[in-house]
Amino acid sequence: MSRPVQYNNTIKFAGIPEGYMGEGFMATNFEKVVSLARKNSIWPLPFATSCCGIEFMATAASHYDIARFGSERMSFSPRQCDLLMVMGTISKKMGPILKQVYLQMAEPRWVIAVGACASSGGIFDTYSVMQGIDQVIPVDVYVPGCPPRPEAILDGFMKIQELVHAEGLRRRESDQYKELMNSYGIQ
Amino acid sequence: MALTNEIVQQKLTDKFGEQLTYWEQPYGMLTFVAEKDINIKVLQFLFDDEELKFRFLTDLQAVHYPDNKGAELAVVYHLHNLVDNIRIRFKVFTDIQKPDVFTATGVYESANFMERETYDFYGVNFVGHPNLIRILNVDEMDYFPMRKEFPLEDQTRIDKDDEMFGR
Repeated sequence: MSRPVQYNNTIKFAGIPEGYMGEGFMATNFEKVVSLARKNSIWPLPFATSCCGIEFMATAASHYDIARFGSERMSFSPRQCDLLMVMGTISKKMGPILKQVYLQMAEPRWVIAVGACASSGGIFDTYSVMQGIDQVIPVDVYVPGCPPRPEAILDGFMKIQELVHAEGLRRRESDQYKELMNSYGIQ
Repeated sequence: MALTNEIVQQKLTDKFGEQLTYWEQPYGMLTFVAEKDINIKVLQFLFDDEELKFRFLTDLQAVHYPDNKGAELAVVYHLHNLVDNIRIRFKVFTDIQKPDVFTATGVYESANFMERETYDFYGVNFVGHPNLIRILNVDEMDYFPMRKEFPLEDQTRIDKDDEMFGR
C-alpha cells in the first residue's frame, strides 16, 4: 500500500525588501539587501567547552536543524565566521584564549552566550571560573538554561538574526561601538 | 611468601625506628606519618628495597589542617607495589609559615606535575623541584585557593555581578 505523499508547505521564505519593482529590475535600499543576505547566512563558530556544547550538537543535527536558518556551515576558523557561539564554562585561564578567538574574527561579528555558565558563571561561583564571558568580550544575546534546550538555542539564534537584520551598515563605524570596543581593550 | 602490611611495617621500623609514627590500617591500607626531613629517604628505601618494590607513585597531594598549629600542611604520598599489588600511604607535616618539603622528583619522575599541582593549590614549596610553577590556575593568581583560609561565599569579591544574583 502506498503512503500518501505529503508536501512540506510550511516553508517560510525570506520576504522581499521594500523597493521599486518593474519588469526585469528592482531598486531598493542597499542596506536592506545586505542585511537580508547576512541574516540568512550566518556562519557560526562553535566554542563548546561542556554540556551546553552537547545541546548545541543536537541543535545542529537533523532533528532541530540549525541549517534551516542558513547556518549549516560550521566554521572552525574564526576568520571566516560571523557568530561566535560560546557554550559552556569558561575558566579564567580560558579567558584570554576566548578573547583571542574573538579578535581573529572579522567584522561584523556577533557573540551569543549559551547557558548559565557562559552568561554568568552559573553554579561555578569559584576562584577558577570566569563569572560571565562579558568580562572579556561583548555579548549580543544570552541564552539562559543549564543547559538550555535546543529550542532555546534556536530562539537565541533567531534573536541574533533579528539583530543582524536590524543592524545598519555603518553601526560598526559609530562612536558608541568604538567606545564599547575600547571598554574591552579592543582597538 | 606474599608481601603483607605487617612485613612492610616491620621493614620500615627496622630501618627508620622512631622516626615513623601513627601506624594505622584504615580499610586495610597501611598508613603512617614520617618526619619531614626524611621523606625522600623513606621513598628511596621503599623504591629500592628488593622485597618492597614500591615503584609506582599513585598520587601526591596536600591537606590543610588549619587547627593543627605548627604543622598545618600535610603532604601525602600514595605508593603502589605493582608486583604484589599492595598500596601504602604516608604523610609528612610542615609548618604553613615555612612550607618547605624536599622534592620527590629524584625518585619518581611523575612527581614533577603532581608537586606542581600541590604547589599550585596549597603553596607547598618543594625544595629542589626543577620547575616549580603553577600548572592549572592562572599565572597571575596571588593566593593558594585550596587552603582553608578563604570563605566559600566571599562578599567582597567584585568579579560577580551582584545585579544578577540579588546579593
